[in-house]
Amino acid sequence: MKVCKRILTLLLALLMLTAVLCGCKDGKSAPVEPTPGVSATEPVRGGELTVGIAQDLDDSLDPHKMTAAGTREILFNVFEGLVKPDENGNLIPAVASSYTIAETGDAFTFTLRDGVRFHNGSEVTVGDIVYSISRVAGLDTGTPLIAAFSAVKSVEATDDRTVVVKTQTPYLEFLSYLTCAVIPENSDPADGLIGTGPFSFSERKAQESIVIERFDDYWGQPAYLDKVTFKIIENANTLVMSLKSGAIDLCAHLTTAQAAELGSDFNIAEGSMNLVQAMYLNNAYGPLQDVRVRQALCCAVDREAILGLINDGRGSILGSSMYPAFGKYYADLSTYYTKDIDRAKQLLSDAGYAGGFDLEITAPMNYQIHVDTAQVIAEQLKAIGVNCTINTVEWSTWLEKVYQNRDYQATVVGFDTSAAMTAQSLLARFESTSGKNVCNFSSAQYDERYAAAIASTDEAGQVAAYQDCQQILAENAAAVYVQDPCDLVAMRSNIGGYRFYPIYVMDLSCVSYMK
Amino acid sequence: MKYIARKAMAMLVTLFVISVLAFLAFEVLPGDPTTKMLGTDWTPERAAALREELGLNAPTPERYLHWLGGFFGGDFGVSYSYGIPVGDLLQGKLPVTLCLSLIAFCMVVVISIPVALFLARREGSALDRVCSVINQIAMSIPPFFIGIIFTSIFGLALRLFVAGSFVSAEESLSGFLAYLIFPALSIALPKSAMTVKLLRSSILNEMGEDYVRTAYSRGNSRKTVLRRHVLRNSIIPVITFLAVTIADIVAGSIIIEQVFNIPGLGRLLLLSISNRDFPVVLSIIMIIATIVIFVNFLADVAYQLVDPRIRLK
Repeated sequence: MKVCKRILTLLLALLMLTAVLCGCKDGKSAPVEPTPGVSATEPVRGGELTVGIAQDLDDSLDPHKMTAAGTREILFNVFEGLVKPDENGNLIPAVASSYTIAETGDAFTFTLRDGVRFHNGSEVTVGDIVYSISRVAGLDTGTPLIAAFSAVKSVEATDDRTVVVKTQTPYLEFLSYLTCAVIPENSDPADGLIGTGPFSFSERKAQESIVIERFDDYWGQPAYLDKVTFKIIENANTLVMSLKSGAIDLCAHLTTAQAAELGSDFNIAEGSMNLVQAMYLNNAYGPLQDVRVRQALCCAVDREAILGLINDGRGSILGSSMYPAFGKYYADLSTYYTKDIDRAKQLLSDAGYAGGFDLEITAPMNYQIHVDTAQVIAEQLKAIGVNCTINTVEWSTWLEKVYQNRDYQATVVGFDTSAAMTAQSLLARFESTSGKNVCNFSSAQYDERYAAAIASTDEAGQVAAYQDCQQILAENAAAVYVQDPCDLVAMRSNIGGYRFYPIYVMDLSCVSYMK
Repeated sequence: MKYIARKAMAMLVTLFVISVLAFLAFEVLPGDPTTKMLGTDWTPERAAALREELGLNAPTPERYLHWLGGFFGGDFGVSYSYGIPVGDLLQGKLPVTLCLSLIAFCMVVVISIPVALFLARREGSALDRVCSVINQIAMSIPPFFIGIIFTSIFGLALRLFVAGSFVSAEESLSGFLAYLIFPALSIALPKSAMTVKLLRSSILNEMGEDYVRTAYSRGNSRKTVLRRHVLRNSIIPVITFLAVTIADIVAGSIIIEQVFNIPGLGRLLLLSISNRDFPVVLSIIMIIATIVIFVNFLADVAYQLVDPRIRLK
């Protein structure tokens, strides 16, 4: 078995290497050459691709109103903001050709890129940008569509190539939110989705499919594929069967077991899901109010074993509410708690729970990985006398009961960065007054460091403050942090160029058939 | 004419009552559409703003009248979760469900009439007895269970179709129809069994009538008498039953769509209920109710055309 696993790992690594090497390059008019050292595989322009997606997008496709990660993943190909994230998590200019941030950290000046066109053929003007940002910030209605935009003080065009966005207080990270879609002035996405991305939106059939087509007038490197169809296949077995039968060509977010079922006709690429998966604890519930109890839970859990059981050991172990792709912001606390049953028992008896207690773990049934993780944790906690029962619920029940009413004891789930890749989006939910504080976490010290990070005008100070926040979360055991799960993408072996991003998106502009 | 007018009035009143009940059901149901719409971006403030935007804060009667007015004007509202007009959303779903129902109904007719004739001709034989046992079994298995059995036998073991990979009509018409065969059969089987039972006993009843003896005495064979004379008379009650069956099939397809992963009205309905997407749910309920009631109405009309005595009641 071990040998088998090693061979598999090696193979996967090799496949990944091929995929990476086949990846297309940046730059505008790069004539694509075969990468030296790899047998002549060259991206081919054209062709159609069918991508399987495991959940229905019962969400608005309005880029300013969408909430589901699955929607964002797809619309990344259709819409662009003034800036956009690259695969290293850096922001690169998109609709804007350059930007400057004021010393005071509360004004952002953008210069519009020449010749950016909307999918309807018209050229992007500063009016479109002002309209888009005003719409998201709700400057007319008073209600921002994306919460972070409540910070916007004004947005105005100073000339026909320049837009200045001002925030009420210094807010360096706000730049990340300006990845939000630029849409034509006075348009409503409900009447048709028009963006500036490498693909244009073509058709949507609820519960069936979404179709996008290549946009030939794209300002950057145009996509290779003519057309991509996202096919919704909610049943996990059917998804694998459809890959095998050829009904779909590419599928992301597969489990190790699913990927192993696919034969040699497939390349499997491994990345990460960019989630903070944890057993989030209701810090206001009975025994969990005591920090020692929460620490005991952290000590009793063997994360290595969880990764081994869930994904054959793949994934990154986390110790706090951030994942490694955040680079400089990320504080590696993955070994802050290691499995130590004796220490856990000691902590429990100090807290007066030497005999253990009962704990109900709620898990959303539509995310198999969270349910599986909950089961492993429940088994592991038996060792310190904590008797867990697992309550699997529907997603909407989870949202209402756990997320809104905070009527739960513990829950296994994963949080992503939502609208923009900012450290803030992962850490905001632990601020004691936050409406998203699902853990009921409360620490004056945390609130202070978090506020300092947000208001910081120098990057070094901000990084330090965010790292402190992560440290405080780990020390206080706000949650039993588990992992950033691995993400496996299977594609037919003649397809290449897939790129992983540090956020939950699927960039199809660089995916192509290989010759 | 008076009869038809009376029935038509009754139909409208029924529809009205259904719309009120469906609307009220959502007033009583716990849960809020903003929950799913905002997901993990939910905060009390945003939820309140969204509720205001969706017009959910107006009093119930006002919202009901607003919706009713729109519905009769052909404006079914905008789906909360998908953010597109309900009309557009249903456009792609309704034909699928109707196609499935139609195929199922054709199957019921094509299967049940010959089988009933065949069994009636051999009344009391060993074959008849065996068949009536099989019939009883087929009648009592719910369609969704037949669906599961079909999926495992024909889909997974024999690989006659790929379970769960629905083919849309635009992709390939033949593939679409082929995919619908097994779901349709799952719906049709129990319905056929009931029709066979009804038609068989109706035929046997008629066989005792005087005109049958006359037909025999004119030198007709048993087969000719059955086909030419008895079937015509005995099918009258069956026609009414079939009409009711159509309505039943449309409603029954909702469950079968789940089993076979068919993106029709039923799947949309269930999802929309869990998302509390009222405009979609109300529209689908009204569409299904209209079909059921209208078909019943047609059955009433057809019945009194065939049997004038009904009119006098």
